[in-house]
Amino acid sequence: MVWFKRNTPGLAKQAKKNTPDGLWIKCESCKEIIYKKQLIENSYVCSHCEFHFRINSRKYIELLLDEGSFEERCEGMEAVDFLHFRDQKRYSERLKSARQKTGLKDAMRFGIGAVGGHPVVFSVMDFSFIGGSMGSVVGEKVARAVDLAREHRLPLIIVSASGGARMMESIISLMQMAKTSSRLARFSAEGGLYISILTNPTTAGVVASYAMLGDVHIAEPGALIGFAGPRVIKQTIGQDLPDGFQRAAFQLEHGFVDMIVNRKEMKSKLMTLLRFFTATGGTADA
Amino acid sequence: MPDILLDFEKPIVKLEKKISEMKALAEEENLELAGTIRNLEKKLDKLVKDTYSGLSRWERVQLARHPARPFSLDYINHLFTDFTELHGDRLFGDDPALVGGPAFFNGRPVMVIGQQKGRNTKEKLFRNFGMMNPEGYRKAIRLMKMAAKFRRPIIVFVDTPGAYPGLGAEERGQGEAIARNIYEMARLPVPLVVVIIGEGASGGALGIGLGDRILMLENSWYSVITPEGCAAILWRDAAKANLAADALKLIPADLIKLGVIDEIISEPGGGAHRNFAGTADAVRTGLLTHLAELDTLDGESLISARLEKYAAMGYYHDR
Repeated sequence: MVWFKRNTPGLAKQAKKNTPDGLWIKCESCKEIIYKKQLIENSYVCSHCEFHFRINSRKYIELLLDEGSFEERCEGMEAVDFLHFRDQKRYSERLKSARQKTGLKDAMRFGIGAVGGHPVVFSVMDFSFIGGSMGSVVGEKVARAVDLAREHRLPLIIVSASGGARMMESIISLMQMAKTSSRLARFSAEGGLYISILTNPTTAGVVASYAMLGDVHIAEPGALIGFAGPRVIKQTIGQDLPDGFQRAAFQLEHGFVDMIVNRKEMKSKLMTLLRFFTATGGTADA
Repeated sequence: MPDILLDFEKPIVKLEKKISEMKALAEEENLELAGTIRNLEKKLDKLVKDTYSGLSRWERVQLARHPARPFSLDYINHLFTDFTELHGDRLFGDDPALVGGPAFFNGRPVMVIGQQKGRNTKEKLFRNFGMMNPEGYRKAIRLMKMAAKFRRPIIVFVDTPGAYPGLGAEERGQGEAIARNIYEMARLPVPLVVVIIGEGASGGALGIGLGDRILMLENSWYSVITPEGCAAILWRDAAKANLAADALKLIPADLIKLGVIDEIISEPGGGAHRNFAGTADAVRTGLLTHLAELDTLDGESLISARLEKYAAMGYYHDR
C-alpha cells in the first residue's frame, strides 16, 4: 500500500551530467576533463595520465601512414552467414547492425601505404566491429596482406585489436588461425619483415595466431594482451588477479613484446625499425 | 562395462542386464531359452543402433566426455609398439597433459603425440584434465621438429577441453606457444595425421592439430569454443549449451561438410567406450590409408598442399 505519492520526479530521473558534445571529453582512466581538440592533437592520448583512447582504423591510418599514401585493397569483402548462426540474435542481423554502426564491412582493412617514405603493407583492425572478432573476412584479409607483402617484397605491419575468433563462424573462424599463421610462416621463411602492433585489447585467437608471430612486437601502453580472458582465469584459479595482469607492461616483463611505445612516438619508432631492416649493406659482401 | 551411465545409455544397459540374467537362468535351471535370448539380443542390437545413430549434438558432446572413453594412451598402447615417452620442453618443464615420443606403427617408425586425460581423481589432477600449459605445446613442437629431422611421419591424438586458462599459463605465454606451434606445423616436411578422439576445444586443440589429414571419431567434437562457453557468452546462460552445440555445428557430420575434416571414423557397437577394440581397429585402418596416400608426397609438396588446404577455408563475398 502506498501512503504518499510523489508529485515531482525523483532524483534518479535526472539526466546524467554530460560534457557538452564535441568540445570536451572525460578521460576513461583518470576522469580528467580534456579539451577534445587537444586530445586529437595528442593522438588520442590523455595528456594527464597517458591513457590511450581506443581509436578506429581510419585514425591509425592517419597517424601512422604518410598523408594520402594509403591505397586500400579488397574494400568490399563481406562476411557471409554460411551457418545460419542464431543465438538470441541472428548473425546476419549482427553483421547488418555492425555495418550500420561502424560504416565498415568487417573488422579489418589493409592496403599499401608509406611510413615516413618507406612503402609497406599496412593492416589494421577495428574493435568496434563485433569486438574486432576474427572470422573468414579478417582471416582472408590477413592472408592477402601477407601475400601482397610477399609479392612486392614489402614489410608488413598489422595493428591488432580483437577479442578473438568470431563464434558465429564457428570452426571456420578457428581455421583462420591456421590460414594466417601458415601464410606468415612462408612469408617469414622467405625473408619477409613483419611488425605486429598490439593494441587494447588483443586476446584469444588473434594472440594465439598472427599477433604473436611478428619479428618485432610493439604494444601500446596499457593494452590487454593475453590468451584466456581475465574473467575465465579468475574463475579457474578462484582468486583475484594481480594488478596489471596481462597488460602491456606484464607482457614486456614476461618477454612476449619487445617494447611498449606511446602512440605519439609509434610512427617514428616504425621508421627507425624500417630503416634498420630494409637498409642494404647488412653483410660485408652485400 | 562403464559404471557411469549417460541418460540415453540406461535402457541399453537395462536390456543387457536382462539378457545376461536370462542366460544365467537358462544355465542354472537348464531351461530352453535360446529363442527368447536371441530375440532379446536382436532387440538390443537395434536399440544400440537406434540410440547412437539418433543422438543430438549435445549428447555426442557428452559421449566425447564420457569418463570411460578411451584416451590417447589407450590408443597409443593398443595400436603402437615400443612407444618411448619423451619428456620436457627444454625451456621450463614437462606437461603431463601432453604425451609423446617415438613408436612403431604397423612396424614403421613414427612420432606419436597426444593430449592425455586422467581416469580417476588423482590421475585427472596429474593430467590437469587434459588442459595443456605452454610447456605442453612447446614439448609437442619439439617432438614434431625431431620427427621432421629424422623424416618420420607424425600422428597426433587430440582430446582436450581447452588450453589451460591459468595464471602461470599466461605468464609463460599460452598464446605465443599456440601461435608458434601452428606456424611451425605449417612448415613441417613430413606427413601429419591428426585424429580427434574426444574433445577438440578451440586453440587448445589446434595448437597440436594442424595436419595434412584430420580424422574424427564419430562421437567427438571440434569447435572454436566449448558449447558451455558459447552459451555463457551469447545466451548469457551456460545451461543453454545444447542450443549452442547445435548452432556451432561441431560434430563430425557437420565438419566434413564444411571441409574442415577428411574422414569420420565410425565407432562400432555404441561407441568407443563400449567397443574399444573395434574403434581402435577403425582408427588403425584410417591411419594406414591416409599415411599411404601422404607417403607419395615429398616434403615441399606436403607443405604447399597444407598451405593450400587452409587457404581455402573461409566464406566471404569479395566484391
